[in-house]
Amino acid sequence: MTLYDIFDMLERGPIGDAIRNSYWLFPAIEAVHLIGLSLLGGAVIIVDLRLLGLGLTKQPIQRVAASASPYLLGSLALMFATGIPLALSEMIKLYYNRSFWVKVTALAIAIVYTYTLKHPLIRNERTPRYVLFVLGLVSLGLWFTVAGAGRWIGFSS
Amino acid sequence: MRSFVEWLDTHAWSTALHESLHMYPIVETTHVLSLMVFVGTLAIVDFRLLGVAFRNVPVSQVTSRVLPWTALGFVVIVSTGVMLFYAIPIRTFHSVWFRLKVILIVAAGINAWLLHRRMTRTRVEWDNDRKPPLLVRMSAGVSLAAWAGVIICGRMIAYNWFDCDKPQPAWVNFLAGCIAEAAVP
Repeated sequence: MTLYDIFDMLERGPIGDAIRNSYWLFPAIEAVHLIGLSLLGGAVIIVDLRLLGLGLTKQPIQRVAASASPYLLGSLALMFATGIPLALSEMIKLYYNRSFWVKVTALAIAIVYTYTLKHPLIRNERTPRYVLFVLGLVSLGLWFTVAGAGRWIGFSS
Repeated sequence: MRSFVEWLDTHAWSTALHESLHMYPIVETTHVLSLMVFVGTLAIVDFRLLGVAFRNVPVSQVTSRVLPWTALGFVVIVSTGVMLFYAIPIRTFHSVWFRLKVILIVAAGINAWLLHRRMTRTRVEWDNDRKPPLLVRMSAGVSLAAWAGVIICGRMIAYNWFDCDKPQPAWVNFLAGCIAEAAVP
């Protein structure tokens, strides 16, 4: 069974079918996906600005990250809950779509990076300032790549 | 108004931007990325005003340190939004979704202005409160709902269900301001 077969099988599933057969479902889920994106943006940016020495600078970095953490998790959950059904409705198109592969790759890296590198290094109070700065910069770059490539799925063929 | 958008449509740059292989997607993508900055940071402020996030940080500290970034995002999102309108002026002008979007943006603006006025008058009394007064929380809720509505409408502009170039029920023709001439593609 090739990857293509798996994509083909997923596209034929009930969720993909339901979305493809509906006039409104795809756009409606897309809109919620965008609302999730803006919430994700807020949760990421508030922490990354602080890492860059901007934004809530009077608060300890650990506290800013801890406060934003549930919003990051919540918006990620919303993004997956809407993004997976959207993908299931057009798996074959996505299989041949370069932007999709850029997006999921950047997304995987961004999630692993956030939870295995960024958050642990933030929690460690001995992490030097310049490391925190780079952590914020890389995080912004990763998440903006995910969002930009995601939008680009609709443009590239 | 209609003659103004018709005039925009005659611009060579409008057509160039609409048909550009790279520029149109770049502007569109920048519009979406600035959404993360604008609505994202605004949501942080609204969540603080609702008393559900950053409750240990004084409201004034959140607004003074975060809202400048919201303003920056606003400048980028409005600039790219104007460019997107400029690229497709007539269709967008007659879009029911675009019209609703503009109304919601104005509503969000009025709400923000009222909230700002209330804050400048009374904030010292509740700046450190983990949960601001009810009217402030309501205003923050209205803000979040209005911007969510703006995002929904913005996304829907791309779909042609209510376009003037096909038969529409009377209420759609009315809301979209369709005219006989606009029925010709």
